[in-house]
Amino acid sequence: MLLIACPWCGERDETEFHYGGQAHVAYPPDPEALTDAEWGEYLFVRANPKGEFAERWVHGAGCRRWFNVVRHTVTHDITAVYAAGQQPEDRNGVTA
Amino acid sequence: MPDQLPEHPDWLWRTPDPKPSYDVVVVGAGGHGLATAYYLARNHGITNVAVLERGWLAGGNMARNTTIIRSNYLCEESAAIYEHALKLWEGLPEELEYDFLFSQRGVLNLAHTLQDVREGTRRVGANRLGGVDAEWLDPDEVRAFCPIVNTSPNVRYPVLGATLQPRAGIAKHDHVAWALARKADAYGVDLIQNCEVTGFVQDRDGRVVGVETTRGRIAAGRVALAAAGHTSTLTDLLGLRLPIQSHPLQALVSELLEPVHPTVVMSNHVHVYVSQAHKGELVMGAGIDSYNGYGQRGSFHQIEHQMAAALELFPIFARAHVLRTWGGIVDVTPDASPIIGPTPVANLFVNCGWGTGGFKATPASGWVYADTIAHGRPHPLAAPFALERFTTGALIDEHGAAAVAH
Ligand SMILES: Cc1cc2nc3c(=O)[nH]c(=O)nc-3n(C[C@H](O)[C@H](O)[C@H](O)COP(=O)(O)OP(=O)(O)OC[C@H]3O[C@@H](n4cnc5c(N)ncnc54)[C@H](O)[C@@H]3O)c2cc1C
Ligand SMILES: [Zn+2]
Repeated sequence: MLLIACPWCGERDETEFHYGGQAHVAYPPDPEALTDAEWGEYLFVRANPKGEFAERWVHGAGCRRWFNVVRHTVTHDITAVYAAGQQPEDRNGVTA
Repeated sequence: MPDQLPEHPDWLWRTPDPKPSYDVVVVGAGGHGLATAYYLARNHGITNVAVLERGWLAGGNMARNTTIIRSNYLCEESAAIYEHALKLWEGLPEELEYDFLFSQRGVLNLAHTLQDVREGTRRVGANRLGGVDAEWLDPDEVRAFCPIVNTSPNVRYPVLGATLQPRAGIAKHDHVAWALARKADAYGVDLIQNCEVTGFVQDRDGRVVGVETTRGRIAAGRVALAAAGHTSTLTDLLGLRLPIQSHPLQALVSELLEPVHPTVVMSNHVHVYVSQAHKGELVMGAGIDSYNGYGQRGSFHQIEHQMAAALELFPIFARAHVLRTWGGIVDVTPDASPIIGPTPVANLFVNCGWGTGGFKATPASGWVYADTIAHGRPHPLAAPFALERFTTGALIDEHGAAAVAH
């Protein structure tokens, strides 16, 4: 069971959250301009690193807000928690 | 003391050092890699082959799965490849001269909701039209086939019926791997354990011509990945991005019990699947952990959830003890179907994305992959599973087809 620190509610059990996969996947600004391969990649392909991974979680059984987490996919160590819309590098001041 | 120890039994395969070069290097000695090497030799006469394994043979998902074998998938493309596998399973113990306890005890897929009933009856119809054995059972017939299932209407999700595939069943997974390994080795295939592939050697045109490993560089005419949950860590090295997410999938066994469970029962709705191994353990599993993970372990609440489901379906298990739980790393694709075939990188082939359900496919996976590697084009049964489907949109949507799990 992961222990996840929601930026608003603090540390809670994993069962209060839902997983949202890779963070920072932007919607293409001009989808019509993409080739089928590029569109397929946007729809279906996500990073799958063995190591640190920036990912999204939602605190469904709490404040119901989405936020970002940097978690190691082997050790499960969580090294950063920061608000949706922020990048990992400007997470200073965010509760972790 | 040493003189009192029994002799070490005969090894089933050699432990050779890697040669400088092979016609085909297969990466990963799970079931799929071993079956691929076996069929490269048996069907295509290609024996200058190495299977490279970072750990020990069958130490990945191959000996961690719950061994359910069935072919009652909804989509034609899936039913075709899994049915090819089932037909091969039926002849494999004799062909490999190894009794790996393949037992066609049937699989029940329980229905607990009106939607489940519609899905199940539709799938039975589709399976019959496709030549796959399938029956629809009402709750009384379910009870007759598997008396320990709780078919009382007084539970939260009563059993409303089930699909039955009589030819489905289980096999002993580690023995399957050893049986394939022994025969591949006898054909001259080098099985090399403790040899991790860490990179690729490419020529000036970008063609893959070998691999870097923890035991040095090995040249290869063709490189065939069969690395399951680790596949994208390898293709990332080539800048080839695959639609795969690696997740923990857990399972557990009880202590050894008298035979009580005559078949395999799967329930997608309350979500557990259970069989009883020949030795007597109840073997059960459920869904993946939600997050990506490479740690071969998951969260305990998944285990609690599947135990709750098992107890609702089988009240008789209430006093059984859990002996052991474990996890594997499964490679999940967006449509829950595998990816098989050549890649945009010349000489590089992939066979991955079998996710939570690739054990049953082992012989067919090896069969079509060997043919694809030997001829440099997809085997007809593999063609629909090409990587291109994520560009064309021709998905084989077993996620949507409900009969997907395991
Ligand atoms: C708990 C659990 C239950 C399951 N239940 C079922 C079931 O009931 N029925 C069913 O059909 N399927 C089931 N599956 C799925 C099935 O186990 C897999 O789909 C299948 O085993 C994958 O193929 P494989 O045997 O070749 O994989 P693996 O055995 O995982 O083989 C891949 C191998 O590649 C090696 N490798 C990885 N990277 C490298 C590298 N860089 N260099 C060298 N070697 C490398 C790994 O060490 C591993 O040995 C289950 C899986 C799990 C985890
Ligand atoms: Zn919260």
